[in-house]
Parts: sequence; C-alpha cells; structure tokens
Amino acid sequence: MNSIAIQTQDLTRTFGPVTAVDKLSLEVPAGIIFGFLGPNGSGKTTTIRLLLGLLEPTAGSAQVLGYDTRTQSDEIRLRTGALLEFNGIYERLSAEDNLEFYGRVWRMPAEERRSRIRELLTQLDLWDRRHELSGKWSRGMKQKLAIARALLHRPQLVFLDEPTAGLDPIAAASLREELSQLARREGVTIFLTTHNLDEAEKLCQQVGVIRQGKLLAVGTLDELRAQASAPYLEVLGRGFTPEMVAALRSRPEVADIEPGEGRLVVRYVNSVDSAPLVSQLVAAGAQVEEVRKGKASLEEAFLTLMNEELSGAS
Amino acid sequence: MLQDIFTIMWKEAREIAVQRPNMRGGWLGMLVFIGVFGVLIPLQTGPSWISSPATMLMWSWVPFILVNSIVADSFAGERERHTLETLLASRLSDRAILFGKLAAAVAYGWGLALISLLLGVIAINTAHGSGGFLFFSPGAAAGILALTFLVAAFAGTLGILVSLRASSVRQAQQTLSMAMFVVLIPLLALPLLPESAQANLVRFLAGLDMTAIVTGGVVLLLAADILLLVLAMLRFQRARLILD
Repeated sequence: MNSIAIQTQDLTRTFGPVTAVDKLSLEVPAGIIFGFLGPNGSGKTTTIRLLLGLLEPTAGSAQVLGYDTRTQSDEIRLRTGALLEFNGIYERLSAEDNLEFYGRVWRMPAEERRSRIRELLTQLDLWDRRHELSGKWSRGMKQKLAIARALLHRPQLVFLDEPTAGLDPIAAASLREELSQLARREGVTIFLTTHNLDEAEKLCQQVGVIRQGKLLAVGTLDELRAQASAPYLEVLGRGFTPEMVAALRSRPEVADIEPGEGRLVVRYVNSVDSAPLVSQLVAAGAQVEEVRKGKASLEEAFLTLMNEELSGAS
Repeated sequence: MLQDIFTIMWKEAREIAVQRPNMRGGWLGMLVFIGVFGVLIPLQTGPSWISSPATMLMWSWVPFILVNSIVADSFAGERERHTLETLLASRLSDRAILFGKLAAAVAYGWGLALISLLLGVIAINTAHGSGGFLFFSPGAAAGILALTFLVAAFAGTLGILVSLRASSVRQAQQTLSMAMFVVLIPLLALPLLPESAQANLVRFLAGLDMTAIVTGGVVLLLAADILLLVLAMLRFQRARLILD
C-alpha cells in the first residue's frame, strides 16, 4: 500500500474571480486521521471535491491513493468513502435500505453486505432502529448513518466534511468518540475537515490549516503549537526576587519571563529541559511549590496563524 | 454497467413505492391508476376498446402521463434533498446513473400501462366475452407494445433532461406539466367536438392505413428518443451538476 494517501502539487481552483483553492501543496500519510482546519469559506469543501475528482482543478495536480484526480477519478471513487457537506441520506428510505443501496453500489456480495450493515449499525447503536425511515431521525443519528455508509465498503480513505457540524455538544462528542473508535478498528485513512479545533485536537494526528484557499501550516499538533508559540514553564511559589528574574533572563534558552504574585511564567526559545532552571531558582533561595510545563493550545496556534496571515495580507 | 443500472433502478423503485402522499405515486396511486385505466375505462367503452384503433392511439400516451408524474424528481429531487453529490462521489459511472434513472422511469410508466392493458383485456372478456377470447390483433398488439415503450422513453428522456436543468422539483414539474398539456391537447379537445365531427374523425381514422401510421410514429419517436438521450448524456457532467 502507498505510504502517502494524498499528495497535491500547487492545486488551484478558481470560480470566476474567486480563488477557492490557491496553490495547495500537501502530503497526507496513509493510516492517520488528518484534520483540515479552516474557517467557513476557506476552501475545505472545494479541496475535497477536487480530491474526489468531482471538480477539475484550474491548475496544479493531485494524486489520491496514487491515482491522478484528473484522469483516474473513477479509481479514486472506487477506493474512497465520503461524508460530504450534506449527509446525503435518502430520507424516504429506511436506514437499512440506505446502506443496502450503497452496498449494492459498491457491489458487495449479498451476505457480506448484510453482515457489514449489521456490524456498523450495531457499533453505532442504530441496529434496533434500522427499519425506521431515516427522515424521521435526529441530525446526529443521520450523521452516524452517513458515517456508516462512508465506511460500508471498507474504503482505504474516507473524506469527512465537517462531520459534527450542526450537532449539539453531546451528540458531537458521542459521534467523535465513535468515529475515533471506528477509525482505529478499521485502520482507514481519514481526511476530515472541520473548523472545530477541539475536534481536531481529539481526533487528528496531523493537521493542515487553510485560509482563503491558502495552506498556512501543516504538521502534527505539537509542531503546529510550536510554530505558533514556544513552550513555557509556570513556576508557583514564594520569594521570587528581581535579581532571580534577571539571572534567569540572561540564560540563552529563555526568551522572556512574566513575573507575577507568587508566580513566574518562563517562555523558552525552544523546547528545553526545565530542571536546571528550577535548580537555579531553588539555589537562589526561592521556595518552589509547583512547576508546570505548558504548551500553546491548538486554538492559540490557529489564531496566531490566522492573525499572521491577516497581517501579512494587509 | 448493467448491474449498476439495476442498482439505481432498485433504489428508485423503493423511493417511488414509499413516496408522495399526494397520490401521484406510491402504491395507492398505482392501484388507483390501474383501477381506472385497467378496469373502469375498458368496461365503459365495451368490446370496441379492443377492436378500435383509437385504443392504440390513446393508450400509447398513457405512459407519458405516468412517467411525467415521477421523472421530475429524478435529478432535481436528488439535488433539492442534497443526496446528489454523495451519489456522484460513489463509484457509479455517469452512464450508469443516467441510464438507471431513465430505466426506472420507463419501467414504471411502461410497466403500469401494460398491466392496465392486460387487466382491461381481462375485464372486457369477463364482461362481454361470448365464447371466444377477445384480444388485439397481432399487429395492434405489436404496435401498442412499441408505441407505449417509445412514448415512455420519450417522456423519460425529456423528463430527465428537464430535471437535470431544473433548480427544483417544482420547476421541473411545471415545465413537464406544460409539455404534457401540449401533448394532450388533441386528446382533451376530442370530447369537445360536435358529435358529427367525432363520428367523421372515427371514420377517418378507421379508413387510414394504421400500419403506416404506427410505423411512422415509431420511427419519429425513436428519432426523438435518441436525440433527447444524447442531449441528456451531454448535459450530465459531474462538475456541472455539483456546481448548479
């Protein structure tokens, strides 16, 4: 199996004067959940449509599972599953018929189809309600059904476009948990778009951040956090004198120090061992009660990237 | 591709069977249609329903009404209910989706028309049979089979084309209702003619060479069906359908 699931080179798509995707170059390794983060209208859905070969790129190219999106889109769609912007559920059909139809679409043998439908609906707690018209279901249940449909034929790669959008927090958390379990169990690569940073933090091993069609950053969550802000150390205690602070500031690994009441926040230039710094404080007479290492949250990293892009644009 | 066409037909049939509380489709709608066209009208008309060439001409347009009642939904409905993009993101080819939708509409219209026709024959024989079994002449039977199929295909391809272009089911239905009205004007106008004119028309029809008329009709419909099918195939482009 190819170790790279998705590869794009300067992928671009314009709609008249609007550039929805702007020279996107990206590599998504196989077997991970990749989060594609960006605000509404940033080009996430267009990217999925391009990767599925549903839209032709204006410029650049993309390979999905080793197949070119321009010339081999049939091969791509054969090997992928998708939950797109809308769940695509046939509301006049029962849940079971929805899956039965797509099982036939993917030419699954009847027996395998039946057992797979049962397996997925059972895992998602929908089996007992399989004969009900899906149109009568809640939005969360329909999303679950759409996820079951996307995974039904055991695709190598699944595209999920904002799978928890519009769900209440409890339904979203439940869906996230089930999605995470399913992804682990099925060993499938997932390309997930979201503007929910909490979701990306909980689900994704790697993320890319897009804004106005441009890829701003890509990497693991730690890499993204590091890109936005260096790690810091929070020291709680008593007896922090100005001389101690000045001595710490003179250390090469320290970028900045914010002194407070019974508290010091030490920002590093890079990630380093904090023990020598704490030892220096204790040796200088400070009474250290607690030391906490901290990292920027994904939200902070995301907002930093967005602000950088905005200030760059202006 | 045949298997994929059957898959689409399977889904369409499931949706037709459970849809439309307004009785334009669904099991109830089908039963009402069969009752009226397969029992009531033949019994009212009597044995001439089988022997008169007018039956063939009238019956050939029955599938048009039937197909028209469901085909508007084929693509416009999928687009309106946001199921089209997911379908297009599947492994199905453009041709399989298009032909599957068309085949489902044609099978519905042609199938119901033939069932009604057979029921009509049974009803006539039950009510008016006098020893021998009353049935269409072989030529008339062949003509009815060919014309009803081609008319169903005409309504199907026209409807698919309209549905592909329409932004909503309602818009597609309005366009197709206008088309149906135009097609049915001669049939609707017939009872409004004076009785002497109606009798003259029947005599005129009886004197015509029905074989030539049916053959001409078949050729014309076949040409129209092919033209509309080619137009629908040209219109069916995934990117275009997604961006519409």
